[in-house]
Amino acid sequence: MTFSAAMVVLVVIVGIFFSLVKQAVPAISKFGFFGFISTVTWDPVHEVFGAAASLYGTIVTTVLAMAIAIPVSIGIAIFMTELCPNALKSAMGTAIELLAAIPSIIYGMWGLFTLAPIMGDTVEPFLQHTIGKVPYLGSLFSGTPLGIDILTASTILSIMIIPFIASIARDTFNLTPQVLRESAYGIGATKWEVIRNIVLPYSKGGVFGGIVIAMGRALGETMAVAFVLGNKHEIARSLLDASATITVTLANEFTEADSDMYMASLFYLAVILFVMSLITLAAAKFILKERAKS
Amino acid sequence: MNTLSKRKIQNKVALSLSTLAAAIGLFWLCFILWDVFRHGLSFITLDLFTKDPVPPGFGGGGLRNAFVGQMLITLVAMVIGIPIGVLGGTFLSEYGRHSRLGRFISTLSDIMVSVPSIVIGTFVYAIMVKPIGHFNGWAGGVALAIIMIPVVIRTTEDMMALVPWSLREAAFALGAPYYKVITQVVYRGAATGIFTGILLSIARVAGETAPLLFTSFNNSFFTTNLNDSMPSLTVTIFQYAMGPYDDWHGMAWAAALVITVAILIVTIVGRLLIKWRYRS
Repeated sequence: MTFSAAMVVLVVIVGIFFSLVKQAVPAISKFGFFGFISTVTWDPVHEVFGAAASLYGTIVTTVLAMAIAIPVSIGIAIFMTELCPNALKSAMGTAIELLAAIPSIIYGMWGLFTLAPIMGDTVEPFLQHTIGKVPYLGSLFSGTPLGIDILTASTILSIMIIPFIASIARDTFNLTPQVLRESAYGIGATKWEVIRNIVLPYSKGGVFGGIVIAMGRALGETMAVAFVLGNKHEIARSLLDASATITVTLANEFTEADSDMYMASLFYLAVILFVMSLITLAAAKFILKERAKS
Repeated sequence: MNTLSKRKIQNKVALSLSTLAAAIGLFWLCFILWDVFRHGLSFITLDLFTKDPVPPGFGGGGLRNAFVGQMLITLVAMVIGIPIGVLGGTFLSEYGRHSRLGRFISTLSDIMVSVPSIVIGTFVYAIMVKPIGHFNGWAGGVALAIIMIPVVIRTTEDMMALVPWSLREAAFALGAPYYKVITQVVYRGAATGIFTGILLSIARVAGETAPLLFTSFNNSFFTTNLNDSMPSLTVTIFQYAMGPYDDWHGMAWAAALVITVAILIVTIVGRLLIKWRYRS
């Protein structure tokens, strides 16, 4: 009995893969794999579907969110392990955990009603007037700032993944042997030098694993971005353009799909997302395991 | 002396930056919570819990249907997810702890905890909605159960592994068969931990929206019929917040406040339980 209960996990994962692929078969046979991921057009009327725009949106928002979240989370982890007074440590840990406990729909709604107006009215015009003037880099910030765009979505995503990276980084920092730290202090290193030359190199693998897990999370996040990304099937040049991710496309169009090919293409997107996140998460597990072995 | 002061300055700058990062994290948490409270509090009325929605523009009305629907869907998820999760965790920590398959499933559960929930929604749509032909509450419950199972499995496994082997050996020495040892010794020792894991998994699924979009869908009427499409708080928030009416936005904030407070309380209680039980 316990064995069959444990097998449920395996059955479900295999089941997800095969049933999604089965549903996607019409789209797979019509568009192929490379054809599907390289086509930008997403046209339900003429039944031409391509994943390029959604894939692009997924990757851009994820990468941007990681770029914002990684430095902040590592900073938080350093603060929690090295600087924070002991009395505050557990409160700080709880706070970070609460950030992870807030449901993604709350992030999305807050993003739509609070963050998007702030971004659209203040932050984005400011960015346009400063970085926007720089050649090449400036084109990233062209267009009308509305707040419903890639930049806002990535900001929200970054807030959501901070707790994952920060808590794993904190745990691995704590694993650094005290003797190593003390010997560095003993030869006169400053706190920052100890962190940079002892703690960070020692916990590299763990932090990297945490980052990859967070990336898997960011790839599949739906509700937080569905509110503020606009679901536009184009490859946006500027960070201030609306876009679509695989998850947003699914959330917005799944219940509206009226033709079989439309439905099959959406299932195809789901397969791609599922495989992408499985690979990412498996890689993260592998990294963390290798580290635990050594 | 010059290098020393340079090193000291570097030290100061780096440490201030990391303090700043911590402040940023706290700032977001406070900002979001404060906003949810500020907007939601004024819409919390008795009507919210006791009345069903009215057409937009009429004023009044509540979200009774969504509260009841949410509870029913979560209940279905619990009835399916908790037994499978606890039994599966038992297998991984006891019978299968040395087998390769056991290790493999344990890793797989870890991965499955983070599989995009919307993919699980599409999966359940394919197996439980499309064949039947219409959205139904059962499908929503199953989708949430699928999310819940790996969480419960992993915490159960970890908590049972914390029970010392000498305790089991003592029970074996009295001639107890393995299943007796598990139910009477290991489960008792790990009870608080398993219970906390279950609590946290409920908190996790209670806030899920994406898997419900294509399974239980939504319904603006009060229903307890799980064969019918069923409203839930989270999908209602999505629909209301994206809608054009101000009353809807207010309701969405109120629902958001209720769900956030409930989840945060459960999470904090879970943490305190763990701390209290495993103090040493």
